Amino acid sequence: MALLGTILLPLLVFALLGLFGKRMREPLPGVLASGLVLASFLLGAGLLLSGGARFQAEWLPGIPFSLLLDNLSGFMLLIVTGVGFLIHVYAIGYMGGDPGYSRFFAYFNLFIAMMLTLVLADSYPVMFIGWEGVGLASFLLIGFWYKRPTAIFANLKAFLVNRVGDFGFLLGICGVVYFAGTLDYAQAFSQVNGISQAVIELIPTFTVFGHTFVAWEVSAVTFIAICLFIGAMGKSAQVPLHVWLPDSMEGPTPISALIHAATMVTAGIFMVARMSPIFELSPTALHFVLFIGATTALFTGLIGIIQNDVKRVVAYSTLSQLGYMTVALGVSAYSAAVFHLMTHAFFKALLFLAAGSVIIGMHHEQDMRKMGGLKKYMPITYWTSLIGTLALVGTPFFSGFYSKDTIIEAAAHAAHGGHWINTYADWAVMLGVFVTSFYSFRLLYLTFHGKERFETHSDESHHAESHEIHGNEAHPAHDNNAHDAHHGHGGLPHESPWVVTVPLILLAIPSIFIGYFTIGPMLFGGFFTGAIEVLPQNDVIKVLGEEFHGPFAFTLHGMQMPAFWLALSGFALATYIYLFNIRVAERAQKIFALPIRILENKYGFDDLWVKGFAGGSIALGGKAWKYIDAGLIDGVMVNGTANLVGRIARGIRGTQTGRLTTYAFAMIVGLIAMLAIATHLFAE
Amino acid sequence: MSYLLTSALLFALGVYGVLTRRTAILVFLSIELMLNAANLSLVGFARAYGLDGQVAALMVIAVAAAEVAVGLGLIVAIFRHRESTAVDDLSELRG
Repeated sequence: MALLGTILLPLLVFALLGLFGKRMREPLPGVLASGLVLASFLLGAGLLLSGGARFQAEWLPGIPFSLLLDNLSGFMLLIVTGVGFLIHVYAIGYMGGDPGYSRFFAYFNLFIAMMLTLVLADSYPVMFIGWEGVGLASFLLIGFWYKRPTAIFANLKAFLVNRVGDFGFLLGICGVVYFAGTLDYAQAFSQVNGISQAVIELIPTFTVFGHTFVAWEVSAVTFIAICLFIGAMGKSAQVPLHVWLPDSMEGPTPISALIHAATMVTAGIFMVARMSPIFELSPTALHFVLFIGATTALFTGLIGIIQNDVKRVVAYSTLSQLGYMTVALGVSAYSAAVFHLMTHAFFKALLFLAAGSVIIGMHHEQDMRKMGGLKKYMPITYWTSLIGTLALVGTPFFSGFYSKDTIIEAAAHAAHGGHWINTYADWAVMLGVFVTSFYSFRLLYLTFHGKERFETHSDESHHAESHEIHGNEAHPAHDNNAHDAHHGHGGLPHESPWVVTVPLILLAIPSIFIGYFTIGPMLFGGFFTGAIEVLPQNDVIKVLGEEFHGPFAFTLHGMQMPAFWLALSGFALATYIYLFNIRVAERAQKIFALPIRILENKYGFDDLWVKGFAGGSIALGGKAWKYIDAGLIDGVMVNGTANLVGRIARGIRGTQTGRLTTYAFAMIVGLIAMLAIATHLFAE
Repeated sequence: MSYLLTSALLFALGVYGVLTRRTAILVFLSIELMLNAANLSLVGFARAYGLDGQVAALMVIAVAAAEVAVGLGLIVAIFRHRESTAVDDLSELRG
């Protein structure tokens, strides 16, 4: 029951704020929401320390509603509620003054509740509820400022792209039910071994013009695993279903931090880790996962280099890091993926919140080209951003170093004498390190260092005043917000209020330390034994574990590896260009005009989806409406029937003269005819 | 045999009257003629096969009396309404 409580607490807040939120005074909804998320965190922590928990009930006949808190899901629960709590506190300040203040927290807690359902699920239908629920919450929150057309476009895009993934996920669940005959995780995993011989004919054998095409068969396990992974691709924004994530930055920054960086997007990673017993049985599926992950890791990182919006750079960085996690899944290093998921949750949430703090400080300016030199004005934001950046690029002793290095090592290990995809993945994650380091420091330098490129045309008194009220800072989007008009883009940048900076500091601490202290027990100490299953021949983490002699030795070893030097060279290049010689960037823009064009078009994926699939569907719908609906159904079938009847009636109405004699004549002729027939028939 | 011939002749006359007369009264009279032609044949058959036909003829007379009451009533009503009983003018039910 206590386990159910962790989900019900945030759900209760959702209901309360949804029903009575409008009557509550400003900080109350935020405080209430944060408080119960904290309660949920404490409850979950207590259960995890007491050795896990299980909740079982029958939901519908034959369909169980079961929850399980083991090390894996408990761990996720702590990340979701822990990081979620800090971001809630941040949002109390960030969202202050917004007309939708209580609505925001209502949605936010709905998200937490659904995410916990997803994480704690012990059977497929329960996970599916959470899976769709977080999608819904994400949809609502991306479109939170529903008066902005771009936000509406973005949330629709996110929802539709996720739907593609969800369809795959649902197909995967159907596959499990069909082959294993159960919805329960544990039973499905134990039966999945037995069906490893089963195959599915995707295209049956057929003959055309005397040429016989042999059926295209895949093994059932591969089919299930790939379908499930397609679901993960949608949720975790893997190429080519990644297009929704950068646009989701239209939502409020706390949302970007929690949902679109730290937790929801990692649901796919978590799900694959949960389903490890299925994925382990299919090398094909693992290669597929690896290929997608490697592509995402490298190529979305490259797009980050040319972005100018602070939040978008961080968004592409998130995509790239999700690619790293997927690579880890692809080489069967599930625990490394989950480990990176955790460190990433801290430092990426930190970077997003710092970006939000910069946006507040800059009076709602998001374009890096109009920033610069902010270090002087926003010291806390600067130092915490620096910590986040160092963690992201994998600086030794920072948390990101341990998780990322493990993934790189695992990929390198898998590449030895492996498939070409393994080699490709090895190169992709390696080059990705350089790219990550370059765009991260570019972001840092353009924002906090260099010349001050913002315009200031305000007097000091205005500045002081803005300082006083910035606790109630509102976001730009509430159009015709009087506050915004009053603020304009004037005024010097200023440091954010304590509700914003304290979460930054609290997130900065684990961003530094958590990797060093948890790598040993989590990765190599068998923390996830029982929750994650790896076949002995795939177990790269075990091989890495044999070389692991404490975090300090691991750090020293990592510093001799190429990844470290690639990160360092990325740092050096970014430092040279953006700190000392900004001209190089301008010249590079001319030299690399073509690749930059390709990157600006995001490899054409956006066009493919928006113009190709969405536009094609709309065109198809238009044509179908015109020809099938209006033409065939309305024109031929509905109106056609009426027309036919009308035409026949017009033909025969002439016989209805209304004259008595005509009718009498017809009657008599008819009578004679009938009599003639009768006498003829009954003549005998 | 002559009963039947007379009856057929009367019936044909009635049909002719219904088809050609314009006045509702005469159409009505022609219908009565047809009814009585039928009565005549019934009575004629009764001579050969027993009294059932006569019973049927009495029945027809009774019904015809009722019909006359209704029919004449209708004709009077139509005349009051339209100042005419010409059946060709009554074509409101034309299609």
